[in-house]
Amino acid sequence: MAGIDCVSRAGIWLFLALVLFAACAVSVDQAFAVHMALCSGVALICAFRAMGEVGKPEGLAAETGYYDEVIRWGVIATVFWGVVGFLVGIVIASQLTFPLLNLHYDFSTFGRLRPLHTSAVIFAFGGNALLATSFYVVQRTCRARLAFPALSRFVFWGYQLFIVLAATGYLMGVTEGKEYAEPEWYVDIWLTIVWVCYLIVFAGTIVRRSEPHIYVANWFYLSFIITVAMLHVVNNISLPVSWVGSKSYSAFSGVQDALTQWWYGHNAVGFFLTAGFLGMMYYFVPKQAERPVYSYRLSIVHFWSLIFLYIWAGPHHLHYTALPDWAQTLGEVFSIMLWMPSWGGMINGLMTLNGAWDKIRTDPIIRMMVAALAFYGMSTFEGPMMSIKSVNSLSHYTNWTIGHVHSGALGWNGMITFGALYYMTPRLWGRERLYSLRMINWHFWCATLGIVLYASSMWVAGITQGLMWREYGSDGYLVYSFAEVVAALHPYYLIRTLGGLLYFTGALFMTWNIWMTIAGKRRDEAPLTTAAYDPARDHPLKPFAA
Amino acid sequence: MSDEKRVDEATGTETVGHEWDGIEELDTPMPRWWLITLFGTIIFAIGYCFAYPSIPLLHSSTAGYLGWTSHGQLDAELAADHARKAPILAAIARTPIERIADDPRLLAAAQEGGKAAFKVNCTQCHGSGAAGAKGYPNLNDDDWLWGGDIKAIHQTLQHGVRYPGDDATRMSQMPAFGRDGILKAEQIDDVVSYVRFLSHQEPFNISARRGKEIFAQNCAACHGAEGKGNRQLGAPNLTDAIWLYGGDRQTITETVTNARYGIMPAWGQRLDPVTVKMLALYVHSLGGGEKLPPADPAK
Repeated sequence: MAGIDCVSRAGIWLFLALVLFAACAVSVDQAFAVHMALCSGVALICAFRAMGEVGKPEGLAAETGYYDEVIRWGVIATVFWGVVGFLVGIVIASQLTFPLLNLHYDFSTFGRLRPLHTSAVIFAFGGNALLATSFYVVQRTCRARLAFPALSRFVFWGYQLFIVLAATGYLMGVTEGKEYAEPEWYVDIWLTIVWVCYLIVFAGTIVRRSEPHIYVANWFYLSFIITVAMLHVVNNISLPVSWVGSKSYSAFSGVQDALTQWWYGHNAVGFFLTAGFLGMMYYFVPKQAERPVYSYRLSIVHFWSLIFLYIWAGPHHLHYTALPDWAQTLGEVFSIMLWMPSWGGMINGLMTLNGAWDKIRTDPIIRMMVAALAFYGMSTFEGPMMSIKSVNSLSHYTNWTIGHVHSGALGWNGMITFGALYYMTPRLWGRERLYSLRMINWHFWCATLGIVLYASSMWVAGITQGLMWREYGSDGYLVYSFAEVVAALHPYYLIRTLGGLLYFTGALFMTWNIWMTIAGKRRDEAPLTTAAYDPARDHPLKPFAA
Repeated sequence: MSDEKRVDEATGTETVGHEWDGIEELDTPMPRWWLITLFGTIIFAIGYCFAYPSIPLLHSSTAGYLGWTSHGQLDAELAADHARKAPILAAIARTPIERIADDPRLLAAAQEGGKAAFKVNCTQCHGSGAAGAKGYPNLNDDDWLWGGDIKAIHQTLQHGVRYPGDDATRMSQMPAFGRDGILKAEQIDDVVSYVRFLSHQEPFNISARRGKEIFAQNCAACHGAEGKGNRQLGAPNLTDAIWLYGGDRQTITETVTNARYGIMPAWGQRLDPVTVKMLALYVHSLGGGEKLPPADPAK
């Protein structure tokens, strides 16, 4: 690389390091100082690395091949953050079961660990899965090398810095107090920069495509990237108390703040966890099944109806609050209309197996993907149902919501990600196959049983809670105190913790499996099934409509 | 990219003709049940929007055919509840608290209301079973600091204990014998020995013997010569096994050294009179409620 280029790049990093160090020195609170010192250190490392590039030959521009280095990092990061996120989940589930486990330290209390868990699983585990798979899918379905490889590396490492800043911030008590948008203003600005670069890399690759059409997976990924950018920027508009301090105040107040927050929060689910992961599904399911996508028309109609309807459904998080009745009504009806557009993805995914149903029995990766689609279907039916006001008056603020979220998150997001990781890993590292197929099967059953324990215990807990809260005696007085309701939930909390442990155990199998695959090992094991393949018993389902 | 349509063998459906990295798409029509359900939900949504408030206008919104509002529903439910409870609440309001027990049905209703109010307002300190905690008295036993007949309990609830801003609040303060230098450390040690003797936890040893003297001079004024307490002053009985803060040597030493200053809010300032009355009747019913002393014949 040209020496002068490297030196000037190193200079920029060094300057940034100095500015950040100065910000650390004059900061008004400790958390901000810690974060600025951290960022300064990272900038310094970047400066040294840039200097190290001086005199090195230009990287081999393998224009024919895909740029997969950043995706390999993404796979590793996804597995790592997944394990971290699940582990913290078990910790906070145990804290709810046994409050003593809060341990009496500020940083170990439920209040600080809970956002650590949600952000670790959604943004760190899910986000890295989306980054890695989107870069993988967009290159292959566009038949184009990733645009701006250097920028993609910045996106990946910048995103990891965002995760570290967010996570350490939560532990130090730095929070905006907005669910799923807890990081403070300076972390938000950093994420915005990273995200815009992500959009440039992704859209740039689509522009460079050598296919005439854009594949449906890329529509979903693109809608996810653009919408998340919009949601993130609008919901985080705030004014810092000091430019060298961590605290800021939202530009919105009262019910406007609540509505903006849940417009964001709901669409974080809608675009991050639904649209983005549907993109994943639309590539990896047909690839693994080696079957054509079930219906092109369905994919168009359900894509546009999904993204049009989802964005309006946020107010259902604010039923029976200060939010005006008309907004609650619209939130409810848009959620109900969302039912079929959501199911379009499930139908297209499951029916893609037409002609390959036998693989559910023989291929554990397909089994995982089918389970993911089944859980996706269940939770996207449950969601519209819970948005109906009379259902919501029972379910809201109870553990039912937690059960709903986790049947979606563990079942849909988790399982489809595991499937994609199992698909990509041997291909990215040039291995003939995974270390062990049987281990995928163990992972599958641990995860599935874990989800069943988790979701069913939380349904029972939620309905118990809702009914106890509204229980009136014959004289018209409430029967239970809040603490009595909490006490009644103890067994369900315990079952939930066990469910989480099972799910975590499954993830450990995956970690081991992927680790050994990367290491180039192959487990000496009996084949997964000895049953002979019988195509005659593998009839496709007839199309529903003639 | 082949851009050539072909018929998929397994399903007999034609492909669209596109291909990406080996992925093709079938030209399957959308499932009819799917489309019908989608249109069904849209029609439902439109109908729902006519029935309920839905379209925002400049200052308000469309009212909806049913005229429903969430405030209206709440008001109606509250009004129905009030109407149902009104006669019984009025009866409780006009009956003097000591006479409510004469009507068993009225008493039962009042205790039920008191129980509900207790769960909302009192369980935080006294526990959902009213068994108390360190510094918060157990309300199930018959050991009362400020009196356990219905009128005394009502008075305590209404005005609170050491509650700033209520002139009639239950008021007393034990001196901080150690912190304020009234007694020396070894004297406190002795008086603690004596108190523990009073509660049958230690023998009457030399230390307790010395403590007896100190007790008589410093403590008996409130706790009584025999240490049986004084409800006029909220001074606890020291001869039983019931302790508000703890009866071990260390805790009693802490109490004598720094004194205690437990506070309960004056519920009369926070709750309506009927609710306070019902609360008193509920607490009185928990097991330790005492009968009113016979009326003073002089009155």
